[in-house]
Formats: sequence, C-alpha cells, structure tokens
Amino acid sequence: MTAPTATTELKPPALSQGWLGWIRENLFAGPFNTLLTILTVWLLLATVPAFIDWALLKAVWSAPTASVCREAAGGACWAFVYEKHRLILFGLYPFEEHWRPMLVVVIFLAMIGLSCLRRFWTVWLALYWIVALTAVGILMWGGVLGLTYVENEKWGGLPLTLILSVFGIAFAFPLSILLALGRRSNMPAIKALCVIYIELIRGVPLISLLFMASVMLPLFLPTGVNFDKLLRAQIAIILFAAAYLAEVVRGGLQALPKGQYEAADALGLAYWQKTGLIILPQALKLVIPPLVNTFIGIFKDTSLVVIIGLFDLLNSLKASLVDPAWPGFSAEGYIAVSLIYFALCYFMSKYSQALEARLATGHKR
Amino acid sequence: MATGTGDLGPPQRSVASRLNWNDPSFRAILYQIIVLGLVALTVWYLVSNLQANLKSRNIATGFGFLGLEAGFGISESLIEYSPASTYGRAVFVGILNTLRVAVIGIILATILGTIIGVLRLSKNWLISKVCSAYVETLRNLPLLLQLFFWYAIITETLPSARQALNPLPGIFLSQRGINFPVPAFGIAFDLILIGVALGLIGAVAFRIWAQKRQDRTGQQSPVLLVAAGLIFGMPLLGWLLGGAPTEMSVPELRGFNFRGGASLSPEFAALLIGLIAYTAAFIAEIVRSGILAVTHGQTEAALALGLTRGQTLRLVVLPQALRVIVPPMTSQYLNITKNSSLAVAIGYPDVVSIANTAINQTGQAIEGIALIMAVYLSISLGISLFMNWYNKHIALVER
Repeated sequence: MTAPTATTELKPPALSQGWLGWIRENLFAGPFNTLLTILTVWLLLATVPAFIDWALLKAVWSAPTASVCREAAGGACWAFVYEKHRLILFGLYPFEEHWRPMLVVVIFLAMIGLSCLRRFWTVWLALYWIVALTAVGILMWGGVLGLTYVENEKWGGLPLTLILSVFGIAFAFPLSILLALGRRSNMPAIKALCVIYIELIRGVPLISLLFMASVMLPLFLPTGVNFDKLLRAQIAIILFAAAYLAEVVRGGLQALPKGQYEAADALGLAYWQKTGLIILPQALKLVIPPLVNTFIGIFKDTSLVVIIGLFDLLNSLKASLVDPAWPGFSAEGYIAVSLIYFALCYFMSKYSQALEARLATGHKR
Repeated sequence: MATGTGDLGPPQRSVASRLNWNDPSFRAILYQIIVLGLVALTVWYLVSNLQANLKSRNIATGFGFLGLEAGFGISESLIEYSPASTYGRAVFVGILNTLRVAVIGIILATILGTIIGVLRLSKNWLISKVCSAYVETLRNLPLLLQLFFWYAIITETLPSARQALNPLPGIFLSQRGINFPVPAFGIAFDLILIGVALGLIGAVAFRIWAQKRQDRTGQQSPVLLVAAGLIFGMPLLGWLLGGAPTEMSVPELRGFNFRGGASLSPEFAALLIGLIAYTAAFIAEIVRSGILAVTHGQTEAALALGLTRGQTLRLVVLPQALRVIVPPMTSQYLNITKNSSLAVAIGYPDVVSIANTAINQTGQAIEGIALIMAVYLSISLGISLFMNWYNKHIALVER
C-alpha cells in the first residue's frame, strides 16, 4: 500500500454539487428522466402561460353588463363573479339580511379553527359547539331577538353547505360509535343489525338515499306529519355518514391491542366503563387522520343535495349561471366556487397529515 | 388418579338462578329481545303508515309497471330501445349504461392512477411536483363540481359541429361530443375479437403450464414473451384471415352533425372524464403508499440474491405492494360505480336517471328506489366478491 502522494484536496466534479448538480440529479439523470423533463416542460409551457393569460392578464375585473365584459375581455370575466357573489354565497336569503348568514359562516370557520387546536380538546369543546350551533339556528331562522323570520326554503349558499356538513358530522359521529361497537358486539342479533345497516348504506350511492329521503320518506310518515326538504336531506346525510364513520371507528377498535380489553376486564370494569374510559379514548386517537379524511369526503358529498333541489353553494352557483343577463360564464363561476371548496378541503387534509405526524407515537414502533 | 371427587365440570345452575339480572348472558338476551322488538315495532309502524298513504293516494304497488309501455325516449342505448318499449327494458338500458361507464372508468382510472402514482415517486423533481399538484387539486374538489365543470367546458366552450376542433386527423371535438374514426372491417373485426379471446385464454393456459413445469423441474419458461406473443399474435392472425382490411369509418360533417365513425355524447364524455380524473387521484395515492410500504431492504436483498431488476420488481416488490394496494383499490372501484350515479345531474341516462323518470311517471317511488338499490347492491357485491377472491389469491399465506 502506498501513502497518498497528492497534498492538495481535489474538488468534487462541478456537475455533482451546487445548483448544477441538483439539476443534473433531479431533472436529467439518465435518458428516460431527461425525456420526462422535456415532456413536462412542454406540457407546462403549453398550458400554464395560456391559463395565466386567460385568468389574470386578459381578464376583466369589473364591468357594468355582461356584453361590455365580453367585449373588453380577451380572457376571463371575473366581473360575473363579483356581480353574483352575494347570490353564490348566500343563495336566496333576503338581501338586506345577508349579514346573518355571513356571521354564521364566520362562526363556523372560527369553531372549526378552534377545534383544530389541541389545547381546546376538552369536554368544554362540545359545550362551545352546542352554543355555536344554537347561535347558528337563531341567526338563520330569526324570529326572536328582533330578527325577522326566514323560513329554511330560502337558506342557501355557503352557510347551507356548512350547516349540512357540520350537523351531519355532529350527529353521525355518536351514531357511528354505537354502530361500530354494535358490530364488534358479542350479541348476535345486535351485531347482525349493525352489519346489515352499515353494509346496506355503504353499498348504495348517496343519491339513492337522498331520493329516498325526498320522495319515499313522506310515504312512511302518518298523514299530516311532514318534515321540510332540508331536514329530510340532513337526515339522509347523517345516516349515510354514520355508516362510513362506523367503519373507520371499527378500524380503531380492531387496531387496539387485545391486552387493553383484557386488562380492563381484569380490573373489573363494566362494559360501558371499559368502553368509555379505556377503549374509545385510545381507539379514536388511532383513527383521527382517517376520520378527518372521512369528514372531508362528507363535506364534498353535501354538494349532492343539488340533485334534490336544495340551494347549497354549488346549486346557488348554478342558479346564477342561468341568469339570462349574464350568460355563458360557467368557467369563471366554477373556478370561483372551486377555490372555496379547495381552500376548506386542502386545509383539512393538511391538518390531518400534520396531526398524523404528531400523533405517530404509542403503538407504532 | 382421583375418583369420585375429581372433575366438577361447569357449575350446574337451576333455571331460577339463570333468570338473574347479574348474569351477563341473561342480560345480553334481554337486551337483544328489547332491541329487536323496537326495530320490529318501528318497521310495523312505518309499513302501516305506508299502506294507509298508498291507499289514500291511489298509488299502485308491485313491480307490474315494469311490463307497461315506458313512453319516454332515451338519448343513448347499447340495445334496441324506443319509447314503445317497456319500463323493464328502459331500466335494463340504464343498467347497461351504468355498467358501460363504470367498466371503462375503472380500467382507465387504474391505468392513469398507476402512472401518476409511480411518477409522483419519480426522482425527477419536476414531474413529481406536477403529479402532487394534480392529486391535491382533484382530491379536494367535489366530484359533482368537476362533472358540471367538464360538462360546461364541452357544451359551452367547445365550438359547434361546423367549426369542430380537429386536434388529430379524424378526431373531432365539438358541442356534439367527441367523434373519432373506427375500423370498418366487417367480418375481420369479429375474427380479431375471437383472436383476442383465444390469445387471452392461451396466455393464461401457458402461465399455468409454466408454473407446473417450474414446480416439477425447476426450469423457467419465458411466460411474459409467450403471453405477449399470443395476446397480440392471435388478433393479428384474425385480421390477416379476414383479408387484412384497412378501411376506416371516418366521421364527416354532414349538415349540422357528423356521419360515420363513432361518437361519445357530451354527457358520457363529461361523466367519463370526470370520474377518471377524480378517481385516478385517489388511486395514485393508493399505488404510491403500496410501493412505499415495501421496504428498501427487500429490494436490496433480492438484488443481492442475484435477481435482475425486472425479476426483483415482478417477484419481490409487486407481490408485496399489491397486498397493500388491493383492499383500498376495491373500495375505489366500488366508489366509481356508485359515483357514476351522479350521471343524473348532467343528463346521462344511467339507471338512477331512468328509474327517476319512471318514478315521476308512475308515482311508484318505493319500487323505483328499491330497484336502484338492488342494482347497486348487486354490482357492489359482484365487485367485492371478485376483489376478495383476488385478494385471497395474492395475500400472504400464514399459519
């Protein structure tokens, strides 16, 4: 073996470090990789500048009428969204009372934000929610405290979407825990009922449940008794969401090591003590990320009430699209509403990922 | 050995001591009786209301209406249908339309989703970012919104048939949907189809034979090569036997619409594009997590054993990744099928849309909805059974 003779250290090749190295490593490593990069760049060049041109550079932001907007704009006509934003956001709610649904949206967003902070994960949170939901009811309906009464046929837009999803989740969640416990129960009759319910609901599309709620449910009620359409849709969403949430909760119950069940039994705890004090706190913690994903799914699925004619965010947009004074601005409208849905869903999914990372302790090695 | 005093066995209790509130099994039976009683009571209450309502509203019951004349037209149908056909046939048309969009959707979404999922893991920074952006955007928007968007793009933004876009020769994009050329081979077309079927059967048979041979002698056969040869060769043979025709039926503009070729209606195209784009985003995530679930050590161990890259992928990585992928993939396939019911919102005549029309005409809501549910439950059950069989086939064999 010979001793090293060179006294000066050689620098690494210029192409393997620095930004040049990064580009070579990440964009042009091998012929296939280079081809992919070139194809992607070509695709991006073909679409992105054209879209920016349409959406920003050549767009018109305000115009008095549709024809003015059409003529002035070589691209998007956002004046349509500005003109219709009250209708899109609040549906047919009386115009001069729009501060009420606005406040409802603020309350919902504040409560959702609050619920995301672990500092507030106490029994008090449930109480805050009850207060908030009561306030929502008072604001939307009115009739007390000097607020004029607004019947719920006139509710619409973003508040309705939030109401359907938040009430849907709030009522479906306890129901889903019962269903999941029932499915894991030792009592054959109860287990069978829960399995049939869960599989039946999960096997059919939400639309068929909404149809059922809108055309079939009135036939099952005694003559004279009739809920309004909103409540019927809400019930359908609750029943639907409960079946899906139940499967997620069951996943948590199954993932919990058997020792926890046996230890609780050995301590002499009764069934509900065992479930409430030992099993559920751990099982639910295990499934928080998939639960949030299911919440996102339910939030997206509330848009299906369009089909039975409720004016949620999507349907009030459709209502504003058919205005003969502003025809043919679908793309602008859909993009604007997409941004609202996307902002809420993206926030929730990022939150669930962050939570997953933070909760990844305990049973995982 | 103890005699007489030995084994006591389970304690024998009298009937009186069994009817004890402190006995868990007694309580369990009591609870179940109570719950079943409540359920039965509720059902009886609802059904008695139903009977009273049906009588007072003069609504007929039973599935007799399926034999009556439907009297409404259906815009697209895979089988012969006219307004003079029966409701039963109309519903069957709807079922076929649902299956058509679901099957094509499942196949294409799987392909697109797998490509995106794999590319998202690519070392290429640019393409993995583009794929992430695709997944994050499409996953976080309601499907119905996307369907409306695609439908609006096709019916409003695209030009009329006279000024149809012509991106590739023979393919036309317009408000009338997508028109594209199809081969007009006549008899040769049937021969090609037979060739495809024979090729598939041959490939499967060869795979089984090769497996048996390997078990017996340890010798491997070039399964992939032979299978590819059979699957592509047999249809080629069919085409040659049919006289090697090259005629194509190309769409041509006649008046206000296209003649010749094949077409996808705007409704079908919007529904298919929407379903594929949306579900592919979910499938991409499933594929990605499946590949990530196979630890690096597995690949390294396989390479250390002297397997080639291809063998490592085929024999070590894929079988393990599939175990993670198949169960969530099943639920995505079920989702595509169920989500195809959103067709009713953009006017594609699927089974929900047709049953809904039938409900509006006959007033028989219960039968109509029962029909919808039965159809979806059987499709779901079919997919579940198949995927469970496949899952069992690839699952880890444990003690």
